[in-house]
Amino acid sequence: MSRPMADSHRRFLQTMMSNGIISASQAEALHKHCCETHGAHYVADRLDDFINVINAQLQPLFMYIRKGMSEENGLEYYALVNMTETDITRMASDYADNELELFRKTMDLIVDSESGSASSTDILNSADSLRTKKLKKKETEHVLNKFVQDKWLNEKDGEYTLSVRCVVEMEQYMRTIYPDLIKVCHVCHNIALQCQMCENPACGIKVHLPCAARYFRARSDPHCPSCNDFWPHEIPEMQRFQSQSSQNLPSSSRENTAPTTSRRSRRS
Amino acid sequence: MSQRKKSVSASQNKTQRRSQASLNEDEEASFSQVSSSQVQRARENFTSDQIDRKVAEVVQFILIKDQKKMPIRRADIVKHVIKDYKLLYTDIINRVCRTFEQVFGLKLVETDPKNHIYILINKLDPIQGEPVSMRSVNPKKGLLFVILSVIFMKGGVIKENLVWNSLKKLRVDPGEKHDEFGDVKKVVTDEFVRQKYLEYVKIPHTEPVEYEFRWGLRSEKEVSKLKMLEFVGELFEQDPQSWTQQFREASTVDSSSQRTSS
Repeated sequence: MSRPMADSHRRFLQTMMSNGIISASQAEALHKHCCETHGAHYVADRLDDFINVINAQLQPLFMYIRKGMSEENGLEYYALVNMTETDITRMASDYADNELELFRKTMDLIVDSESGSASSTDILNSADSLRTKKLKKKETEHVLNKFVQDKWLNEKDGEYTLSVRCVVEMEQYMRTIYPDLIKVCHVCHNIALQCQMCENPACGIKVHLPCAARYFRARSDPHCPSCNDFWPHEIPEMQRFQSQSSQNLPSSSRENTAPTTSRRSRRS
Repeated sequence: MSQRKKSVSASQNKTQRRSQASLNEDEEASFSQVSSSQVQRARENFTSDQIDRKVAEVVQFILIKDQKKMPIRRADIVKHVIKDYKLLYTDIINRVCRTFEQVFGLKLVETDPKNHIYILINKLDPIQGEPVSMRSVNPKKGLLFVILSVIFMKGGVIKENLVWNSLKKLRVDPGEKHDEFGDVKKVVTDEFVRQKYLEYVKIPHTEPVEYEFRWGLRSEKEVSKLKMLEFVGELFEQDPQSWTQQFREASTVDSSSQRTSS
């Protein structure tokens, strides 16, 4: 028998529904807050147990709170994801058909690239071949901004990458659509897009940057964890990821101001 | 109740209303003619897995409608989700209600028993200073809050001009396109009305036609008048209790709604 939910769990779930995704540090603060608000027993390092109680009830509804790691900063996040695609969930989309097609094209470019990113120029060019309804250049830029605001894409210096929310929610979809292109990280076994790759053509495994930093830490002479060939990449420093984590503490107004247009909708 | 119906029909033209009415009667008839033996047979026709799945689909459907603040109609639920399971509508919707209360802390409330329109109401009180906002921050809520407080402080019903003038004092001109809200008049008289936050009703026997505003059902269920009065008190640096009539109403409403929810 699964344990019943209390108001502390319900408050946690409602917050997940209106935010879509929250960082692990936010989730910990929220866990404490929800337990204290409803006078429930709070155990600091039992967040995953707490979430499992919710997930047991969500499972028959085809929803799930899933943990994922950001490929950029190595931080963990919790996202509320939808496990099935039905006519009903498709209806949930806040985007027009041509906007969805643009998203799929962007995803194609990113998955097909070596860097795990796509330049705004390439995306704008691909928008010329939209079949549903053409988007003007200005409109395309506007839609891309919306994807970033809704936390489906990240953008840095004109390069677009898939956000952690997108990867966590679309994982199954991506594995189905790109069976040959999608590789998983050798260290954490999640989908790897922005990563380093073994240059031995017979091997070619991928490792996320934060995973590489952790794995190769304190190894002066790095070798591929699979084929043992020399690892020819610069090993990112752990510091880079840890320093970013301090910027992401609970207060995070950024998450709150982003318009959360969708709780659990499917985009493709 | 009759007021609300008027506000609904005011927005529809006559032919629409007529076809709507006959549609409702048909639907009503097919719902009331169901005999218990038919239901019993239907229960045997579907496996419990099939029913579970339908319940999940209805939950999803309602969550999506609610998220977009679109009306949740029984007719739509039947047409788009329930389909062949129509005989089991009551079984399914009862389980859906239970799921909303037990899993999500939400309550499905029928706001219009004639046309069978529901809304979802939050059973958990909003808490100040949450580490992560429980509700998505929507600037329109600020606009709504101002209008609701003006209505409440003026005794529950006010002419529309008073609302527009109050907004103008805050430099929100319903005649101009606002940077944040766009077409203010449309947001207030259409969106908020559709979402049941406000009622916008024609005043009878007025020439030229005048309209008045009241609180909508969703506001009555979701907004604490006591908290609103505290807010207004802070604004005017006055004790909330000094507005005796409003204070009395706020305290009775809040304590009675607590009784029903516990």
